[in-house]
Order: sequence, then structure tokens, then C-alpha cells
Amino acid sequence: MKRSMTLLGISLVLATCWSSPTVRAFCGFYVAKADAKLFNQASQVVLVRHDDKTVITMANDFQGDPTEFAVVIPVPTFIERRQVHVTNKALIDHLDTFTAPRLVEYFDQDPCMRHILMERAMPSAAQAPGVAGRRSRAKALGVSIEASYTVGEYDIVILSAEQSDGLTTWLTDNGYRIPPGASRVLASYIRQNVRFFVAKVNLEEQSRLGFSYLRPIQVAFESPKFMLPIRLGTLNANGPQDLLVYALTQNGRVETTNYRTVKLPSGMDLPVFVKQEFGDFYKAMFTEQVRKENMRSVFLEYAWDMSWCDPCAADPLSTTELRELGVFWLDGGRARAVKRGAQNTFVTRLHVRYDGEHFPEDLVFQETADRTNFQGRYVLRHAYEGEVRCEYGRTYQQELATRHEREAQSLAAITGWDIQDIRRKMDFGENAPAPGSWWERLWKKN
Amino acid sequence: MQRQRDPRIYQIATLAALVAYGASRLDLEIQLAAATVTIATALATQFLCTKLFSLPRFDPRSALISSLSLCLLLRTGSMSLVVGTTAIAIASKFFLRIDGRHVFNPTNFGLVAVMASVGGIWVSPGQWGTGAFFAFLLAGIGGLVIHRASRSDVTYAFIGFYAALVVGRTLWLGDPLAIPLYHLQNGAFLLFAFFMISDPKTTPDSRAGRILFALMVALGAGFVHFVLFESNGFLWSLVFFAPITPLINRLLPGERYQWCHRSAMPLSQRSYA
Repeated sequence: MKRSMTLLGISLVLATCWSSPTVRAFCGFYVAKADAKLFNQASQVVLVRHDDKTVITMANDFQGDPTEFAVVIPVPTFIERRQVHVTNKALIDHLDTFTAPRLVEYFDQDPCMRHILMERAMPSAAQAPGVAGRRSRAKALGVSIEASYTVGEYDIVILSAEQSDGLTTWLTDNGYRIPPGASRVLASYIRQNVRFFVAKVNLEEQSRLGFSYLRPIQVAFESPKFMLPIRLGTLNANGPQDLLVYALTQNGRVETTNYRTVKLPSGMDLPVFVKQEFGDFYKAMFTEQVRKENMRSVFLEYAWDMSWCDPCAADPLSTTELRELGVFWLDGGRARAVKRGAQNTFVTRLHVRYDGEHFPEDLVFQETADRTNFQGRYVLRHAYEGEVRCEYGRTYQQELATRHEREAQSLAAITGWDIQDIRRKMDFGENAPAPGSWWERLWKKN
Repeated sequence: MQRQRDPRIYQIATLAALVAYGASRLDLEIQLAAATVTIATALATQFLCTKLFSLPRFDPRSALISSLSLCLLLRTGSMSLVVGTTAIAIASKFFLRIDGRHVFNPTNFGLVAVMASVGGIWVSPGQWGTGAFFAFLLAGIGGLVIHRASRSDVTYAFIGFYAALVVGRTLWLGDPLAIPLYHLQNGAFLLFAFFMISDPKTTPDSRAGRILFALMVALGAGFVHFVLFESNGFLWSLVFFAPITPLINRLLPGERYQWCHRSAMPLSQRSYA
């Protein structure tokens, strides 16, 4: 039993934060402008996990005034200065692109010639994807400042509290705008003996370092909890939020144990116009799948051994990059020698759209032994448009209409898009698919 | 006394329906090949052990129940682990015995033994979701099965104790009651309550004993979930407390359960079913 307890004893806690003006997404620091991102209010978190050791990286896409930025994250243990690190956003962007749902294109050759495949993978448009004085005041409120330090451009304070009221008062006194209802959730966390990791931007340091954006914060710690606190982030959010979790583990796929984990539809042939609208397609498909699952499931978008990919939406991350993201079991000496093909690391990309009603408790994870590869992959097959001079070629042309209709049906089924609109967009001239049944034509939208 | 029908037939039918429902509606990824291997291994192990222990008759019913439960719970990428887990589950009935009867629920023991030793398998408690319809289906059909097994008290006691535990914890934390209700709607919880802890062969003989047993398993599951932060607390807890059943039977004796009416099965076979 002991070993399995260790294996299953995956854990972590973290996160949920808010910015000082208002709490927005998961950690409060993701404030997407309208139309600027594929998924508004999306947060990105990388979770590296083995045994009880966890490294969490929180991507920060905050675009506003740095003085307005702040996060409050429940953490399961005391966090000292050396457990916090600030890293480069490009690492998460690389991981995002590597794991993003992808399009694969095939070009039909002259059916009368030998069939040659050409394959091209497209990265998705997806992801867009005065301390002494403060201490005494804190003590009076039952809040204990356990540590206070600056890492990179962030001033960080580790708090523990006896009462949520005191903590709320302390946070308000220190310029954090606390959303209604936070006190109750904070009280629950306090009773569970969590600490609070509070970070805001140190303008002098930011100016000195010269970064024009806020870099992702990383925290390393040991705890049996393998979870992601999302409750605080739901308090003041405007509607559902999106969260992308990239889990890096040794043994296999990661799934949630308190919510269903469902694979996104994948592998189907779709009309070629999807190439021009891949962002819209992916958004519509995700929204439709969320609807079908009554917004109560977490979606698996990618699960693969980090050492290879097929097709690759981006090069696999190098050992150096993975170590920077926190994959501590990779050998540091080899990191310099091995540029690609990091062994012994499995990546799982989970995508969840959540709100407080449908996701009443924090996400709890477990690592499984499942090393089955999965990816969101959509196939575009371009028809051969040249002249055909054989019997088989004529059969091929006759079958095209059926094929196109099948592609249209698949697209309609997974996105919820109107089939007539899809058929119109496909626009095949002579090879136009059959216009559907008589009743569809009868009430056809104009 | 009116002749009672064997409740295992209903249990087999119910579990088979759940396997079909899980595979078709819940994407439980129950592969036909793995399900076939599980059932075949269970029957083969039962058959071999029947011969080994010189029992008068091969009875597939208990093995079918265990294998269908494994189809619902066991996940692995290795067919040899499917075979190994199933064989261990069935063999445990014959080899791990106290007072002339088996100690562990076979499915429970097979899963925990392999998870704790070689690993490579897992159970996905979240995959059942909380669909109200499904909860209703499980509870309704499960209740029927339990009623026929006439040991429904352990199930209801377990549900009561566990509900009190999660609701009490929620009130202590000041959290909304939506959280414990969410836990109690989980299909994995109901599956355990109706189909695993209810196993009449591995629960105490007396009603008081069964209620005590249900309390211990509920507390153990809570300890695993909320103190150790491990998943599948029900499975760990049941395997941990099952060996205490003979002790409870000595302290709180009761009539030993028989699947069928006394005249329906030879005595030598009863305790292996």
C-alpha cells in the first residue's frame, strides 16, 4: 500500500488570486482585451509533479498598468525566497504551441497517379493563447507575515491567518480590492491550514530589469495535495473563465478526480475552409463540447510523451526548457548536451471552462499510468482539381460530393454550426454536395 | 419459507447494464478486448481454483460479478495487468480466508493489491460525473439489488455516515452545501456504496456489526480523502478494514449470510461463492 500511496499521493495546491482593481480570471492577472485572445479570460498554468514535489508556473498576460496588478494564491506550505522563481513567458508559449490542437492537410493527387501524401501541421491560432510597521498591524489582525521578499519584478509576501476577517482587512489596508464573498472562501482555506502567497509588482525592479511585460511566476514546494484552487477566482468573474493546465509528469496522463475528464473530438476530416477560420472553429467546437457536457467536465486536448510528436505543431521542448519549467527529474548535466527529445516526461494539456456554479470545488488531480497518445487533430483533404483520364478518376470525382457532405456533417456536429452555412461556405461548384433532404430545403434559411 | 431467487443474477444484469451505459454514454473507455479478457480470466481463475480446492461444482456467478465490477473500475494500458489484477481478485477468495470464508471483496482486493505493488493501473473516480439521471439509475437499480441481497443496512449506514462526514466538514469550513451534495452525487461513490461495501460475504454477520463496519469504512475513506489527499479513499479504506470483520463477528455475532435458500446450494460450495 505504501508505494501506491506515494504514487497516488500526487498533489499540489495553489493558486487563485486577484488583481487589485478587480478579480478577474483564475489568478486574477489574466485580463484579455476583447478580440485580442482566442479565449477571453483564460489563464495558463504549468504543473510539474512527481511524488509530493510540485512546481507551478502561472502565466501572466496582464496588459494594464503594473500598479494595478496583484495576485493572492493559496499555497499548502510555507514558501521561502528560494522556492520562487520568475521565468520567461516564451517557455509557456512554446509549450502552448506544442500541445495546441492542430490542422493536418493532405492534398489528393491525381487519382490516376500514385497517391502521394503531403502533410503539414499548423500551429493553432489557439492559445492565443515598510515591513516592520506592516508586521505589527498584521499581528493585530491575526495575520502573520511569514516572509517578505522581492523576486524579479515582484514583491512577495507569505501570509498565514487565524481569521478571514483579519486577512480581508489586511489585504484591503494594503491596497487589494477584495471581491464580495471572498471572506467566506478565505475562511475555508484558513481552516485547511493554507498560507497565502501575495505578489505585486515592484515598479523599480521592473524598470531596472527592463521587461515591458510581467513574467510568469514559478513556485516549487512539497505537499501531498495535487490540486489547483479555482474558487477565489470565480467570485468576481464576469461569467465563465477558461483555464489551460499543462501537466508535466513522469508516468502518464493527468486527469481530474472530482470532475469528469473528457477527450475533445479529434481526428475527423473537415471542410478545407476551416483552415482560414481555425480560431473560430476551435472556439466554436470547444463551446459546443462544453454545452454538451453541461459545463461540468474538464477537456483533454493533448497527452503525449515529450520526446516526440506527430505531426508536430512546434518542436518538442528541449531538456533545458523543460528544466526551466520545473521538470526537476531531468538531469542537469545532460540538459546542455541534449537539445531535443527529453525522455521521461509526459505532457497533458487540460482545458476547462468553469464558473462557481458548475465547479463548486477546486480541481483535484491524479496522475495515471496511461501513456496513450492523444491530440486534437483535424484533417483537411484537398480534392484533386486537375483533369482525370481514367475510370477510377471518374469514380473519385463522383465520390467527392459524398465526402464533402460527410465533412460538412462532421463540422456541424462538433461545432453546432448551421449545416446550410457550412455547405454555402464550401462552395464546390460542380462538385457541390447534395443539398440535403427536401425538408431541409423547404425551411432553408435565406 | 418461500424460495428466494439468487440476487446475484440481478446484480450481474445490473452491472452489465452499467458497463454498457458507461461505455456508450460516459466515454469510460471500456474496451471490448479488455472486457472480454477480464471476464475470461475471472471465469478461468474461478474454474482452476474450483478444481484446486476440489469443489463439487463450478459456479460462475460470483466471478462474473467481480469481473464486471473490474470492467467498470480498472483502467490500464497493459493487457497483462488486466489478467493479473483479475486473477488476483478471484484467487483472493480462495487463498485469503479467515473462519472459513474470504476476507476481502475480490474486486476491491485485486485493484488495491496491484495499485500498491506493481502499479500501472488506476481507477478514475471522476469519470462517472454527477449526472442526476445516472445517480438515480444507480441508486434505484442498486437499491433493488441490495434489497434482494437483504443486507441493505450496510449500504444505507455507509451513505449516512459518509454524508454526515462530508456535510460536517463543509459546515466546519463554512463552505456552501453544494460541495458535499456534489460529492454525494458522484457515480463512483454510489457504485461503491451499492455494489462493493454491500458484499454480504465480506461484511459482518450482525446488523450492529455491519453498522460499525460502515462507520469505520466511512471514517477511513474520509481520512484518505481529506488528510492524506489521496484519491480512491473508499477502496483503500475497505481493504484496510475488511480483515477486522472476523473480529467484529466474534464480538457481535450474527447469522452467516448465504446467497441462496439453504437447500439451494451444497454447504461445501457456499463459502466460496
